[in-house]
Amino acid sequence: MDFQVVVLAGGNSKKLTPLISKDVPKPLLPVANRPLLYYVLHQLRESNLKDLIVVVEGEDAALHVGSWISKTFVDGLHVKIAAVPEDIGTAGALRAISHHLTAKDILVVSGDLVSDVPPGAVAATHRRHDAAVTAMLCSVPVSGSLESGSSGGKDKTKKPGRYNIIGLDPCKQFLLHIATGSEIEKDSRLQKRILHAVGQMEIRSDLMDAHMYAFKRSVLQEVLDHKDTFQSLKQDVVPYLVRSQLKSEALLNGISQAEENGNEKLSSPNNQVLDSKILANASTPSFHELYSMEPDGSAQTRKTHKCCAYIASSSSYCVRLNSIQAFMDINRDVTGDADHLLSDTSSDRDNIIGPSPKLGSKTTVGPHCMLGEGSEIGDKCQVKRSVIGRHCRIGSHVKIVNSVVMNHVTIGDGCIIQGSVVCSNVQLQERVVLKDCLVGAGFVVTMGNEYKGESLARKEK
Amino acid sequence: MGAQKKGATARVSEDQEELARNPLQAILLADSFATTFRPITLERPKVLLPLVNIPMIDYTLAWLESAGVEEVFVFCCAHSKQVIDYLESSQWSSQPNFSVTTIESHNSISAGDALRLIYERNVIHGDFVLISGDTMSNMSLTQVLQEHKERRKKDANAIMTMVIKKSKPSPITQQSRLGTDELFMAINPVTKQLLCYEDKAERSKGFISLDKTLIADNPSIILHNDKQDCYIDVCSQEVLSLFTDNFDYQHLRRHFVKGLLVDDIMGYKIFTHEIHSSYAARIDNFRSYDTISKDIIQRWTYPFVPDILCGSSAIKVERQGAYRASDVTLSRSAHIGSFTFIGQGTKIGNDTKISHSVVGEGCTIGSNVTIEGSYIWNNVTIEDGCQLRHAIVCDGVIMRSGAVLQPGVILSFKVVVGQQFVVPAYSKVSLLQQPTQQDSDEELEYADNTSGTGELRYKLNGDIATDLSETAYELGTGGVGYIWSVFEGAQDEEWKHSVAPIPTDKLVKLMLDKDEDEEQLTQDGNVLSASGELKADSDDNGSEDDDNADSRDDYGFFEKEVEATFLRAVHENVKVDHAVLEVNALRLSYNMASVDCAGAIFYSMMKLAVESPHHSASELHRNAADIITKWQKLLKSFLHDIDEEIEVILKFEEMCLESAKEFAALFPQVLHLLYDKEILQEDAILRWADEKEGADESDKVFLKSSEKFVQWLKEAEEEDEDD
Repeated sequence: MDFQVVVLAGGNSKKLTPLISKDVPKPLLPVANRPLLYYVLHQLRESNLKDLIVVVEGEDAALHVGSWISKTFVDGLHVKIAAVPEDIGTAGALRAISHHLTAKDILVVSGDLVSDVPPGAVAATHRRHDAAVTAMLCSVPVSGSLESGSSGGKDKTKKPGRYNIIGLDPCKQFLLHIATGSEIEKDSRLQKRILHAVGQMEIRSDLMDAHMYAFKRSVLQEVLDHKDTFQSLKQDVVPYLVRSQLKSEALLNGISQAEENGNEKLSSPNNQVLDSKILANASTPSFHELYSMEPDGSAQTRKTHKCCAYIASSSSYCVRLNSIQAFMDINRDVTGDADHLLSDTSSDRDNIIGPSPKLGSKTTVGPHCMLGEGSEIGDKCQVKRSVIGRHCRIGSHVKIVNSVVMNHVTIGDGCIIQGSVVCSNVQLQERVVLKDCLVGAGFVVTMGNEYKGESLARKEK
Repeated sequence: MGAQKKGATARVSEDQEELARNPLQAILLADSFATTFRPITLERPKVLLPLVNIPMIDYTLAWLESAGVEEVFVFCCAHSKQVIDYLESSQWSSQPNFSVTTIESHNSISAGDALRLIYERNVIHGDFVLISGDTMSNMSLTQVLQEHKERRKKDANAIMTMVIKKSKPSPITQQSRLGTDELFMAINPVTKQLLCYEDKAERSKGFISLDKTLIADNPSIILHNDKQDCYIDVCSQEVLSLFTDNFDYQHLRRHFVKGLLVDDIMGYKIFTHEIHSSYAARIDNFRSYDTISKDIIQRWTYPFVPDILCGSSAIKVERQGAYRASDVTLSRSAHIGSFTFIGQGTKIGNDTKISHSVVGEGCTIGSNVTIEGSYIWNNVTIEDGCQLRHAIVCDGVIMRSGAVLQPGVILSFKVVVGQQFVVPAYSKVSLLQQPTQQDSDEELEYADNTSGTGELRYKLNGDIATDLSETAYELGTGGVGYIWSVFEGAQDEEWKHSVAPIPTDKLVKLMLDKDEDEEQLTQDGNVLSASGELKADSDDNGSEDDDNADSRDDYGFFEKEVEATFLRAVHENVKVDHAVLEVNALRLSYNMASVDCAGAIFYSMMKLAVESPHHSASELHRNAADIITKWQKLLKSFLHDIDEEIEVILKFEEMCLESAKEFAALFPQVLHLLYDKEILQEDAILRWADEKEGADESDKVFLKSSEKFVQWLKEAEEEDEDD
């Protein structure tokens, strides 16, 4: 397909402490008992996009991730692991691995995307329009689809920063305006030039940039090289390309063309032009072409590039795991409504229980639950809407509601865990009560303690 | 049982109410409250101007009748007599099921005034259609009325529905084909609510701003640049009372619509209704007159086309849109091109070529005349060899042989163009002199035909005949009429709204300009958004800097204005009180504090002192003393507390360092003077001294020079305390 995929897997994220640590970098954070990165890689494999570069922040994390990938995706994926320093931003990471990019088009996916939108469809849209950039847009997730509907509402008012303001053409194919970050708080400024060319622009605030982009490699590399202040794809590179789509900067096209010519060894520059003309004629001209045709209808006097949008259907699932709340939501959704994301675990019932579970008598595991393999639960326990990892030992009379328990966790008798995340190797002694808590890996909660809304973690040695 | 019955009767009565609905009413404003059709409108109201040989108002009324309107209130103001006379003598006075009532006013200067007057008359009893008498349409009102009523039932605040139509402005001129400026409208695609209406978007800006609250409230907004406002509104009764409540609303769009959109307290909403296949357009300027005339000839407005509207007078439509009345005298060699209308009783001579034009009734056109894209009204005489391109020629005009009208010329009533005379492009010629008071000012635009015309007409009837014979030779030998000069600044704009198509060279120039503009705009855009591209914190800094720069600029302007005011006060001996008032007004308009005023006034005073002739420091001192003595009251009225007084000292320091170094030596003396005149209190001076104590050495120059004075003040104070 001549598409290279860059997965920006990240590594450390302050937002997710104490869930992630040196041993468990973000890409390997278990979500419904699978590392986060699995979801992206799985979708890519499904779309037959197999030429991957996984970019991880930090050398150690890269080693961890690399060994996991080589274990899990032995066949089918050609994965290159690239380690980049931390805090250089998404654009910086791409700049750092720029020399690895060789294909005509590059698909850049964020490693924390849990979605069932086929990346192949985004790539196809990109190719169809011969676009400079194509961004995948999805409906703004309503966090807490079932139970915590009210908290979702609160979320909205609390951090509208999650939203984008997006301008689309009437056919919803082209991206005409995009505002991210702090710009959303201000009045929107819409370029008249683009409005003149298109006639009408739909401004949506209910769409979210899902951080999956297809770029034309030459354009991407140009921008990265020439705008060395750009740090983020989402906030700098994409808005820049959208903004300048009707006024492609000379350097952008000029140099890239020269470069292309150089690559092709001057073999067929004319053919290329011809090809693009034929392509352009084949479809009805977009406003870009109309705009560049003016005034006499013949000469392409203005340089333009196309920015496309792929809008995921509102029924598709698409969430980025970039906060604790998102982590909880995704765990719940993946075991519940969006269980098709775990394609290979087939289950007739509405909960997913690993092979050979050991459940004590009178223990109930409710719907939307997951129980990893090798975990044991004692008598008279209740598990509701929770995920329990592998090889956990859970005593008797334990109640686990709306929580995530990772691997190798020991829970003593009579514990009550509500709305909490318990990381791997944690030991909860008898009669511990946790409500809305985060317990970091390896932590030991002593007998009879009660915590509410706290974050418990081992001190870093 | 009884209760049930009661309910049933109540329902019946409700139904009856609905059945016996109010007759559909319309308000037709037979006055545009604009000056775009001058000089023609000085003599005849716009609604009576012929459009393809039929007065505009007839099209409007015919459409209203066909659309089911039963009662029309024609509001006339300018030339109200003419409108009333016309309507009384026309078919409209005697139509069954269609009553036309005139409402006359002599002092309304805007649509707002008109609606307020109509509200007082209390004649509107329900939803009504609001249009002006220069609107052409053939749309059906059923759907829009129904939509409006349904919305009203759900939401009492939905008081108006605007009709819009697709029309993409030219990418080069940013003008619609009707010659109106581009319009930006933000509409909610689901509810069709109008959220933003921007018709006077600043050209210089490369972007349109949408308020963030709009975006927060509406998940999806469509911003249209490709729609045209048809100026057909379905309104509820509240609209009239709103105009009465807001007595400053004048213009329907600029004030009323925008006012409602901005004001979210009352929560009134405006909705839009888009028409797709029917026609609707308003004649706003000469260009739209041209466009709509062509549309009518090409039958877009069917059934409101001349051959149907005139009925009996037997106008035949021939191939290629040639309309010809029955008794036209046409020479064999004359060539009538396509899309041309020739009215009754018109005579056309040999080898004359007419194309894409309208020629009215009773015209006499000689031989070898070329008429192209022009509108010739009734009883016009065009002698041999004349050439007309894209001109409007009103009733009774005489063009002597060989006269030429260049594109865009308007000849008002009874003008005579002399032999061989070439009327330059875009001239407006009238028998009436151009009114001296010019209303290029926005506000005065309403002060329209009404006030000025009365006098002018009087003059016309009185002594204009003698006047003309003496002065009006501007149109060649034998010519009669004044060529109106174009207002300053408007010269460039003239071609935009003229009947003539936009000349190619203008287009090319415009396009080059635009590219250049865009070059700049892109750069601006980059600057603007560069802040967004950087990290969040640098972004904040950037915008702060911007703000500062803005306010500094503002202050600069403010200071200049104050200085100008002050100088005028000095030279024209304006009373101090008046000067205080003026400065106060400036303060309000620039949103400054009185601290700024004090600084600026003091600055102006000192500057004046420096600029008045002087030879030595002592003379300068005397100058300053004189000015301060004379204007101390002005300065004092802005010195309310110590902070402001300190500001004056700081300002003075600044001046001594920068603009007026001559004062540097005099600093202590002037300070003393200000103290003596009780402009500065000792507290202020001492506080200033205290503040400066901790400053840099370089900053303390003036403190040192006035050390003695300060010392003296301190001692005096201590003595006071001792006492």
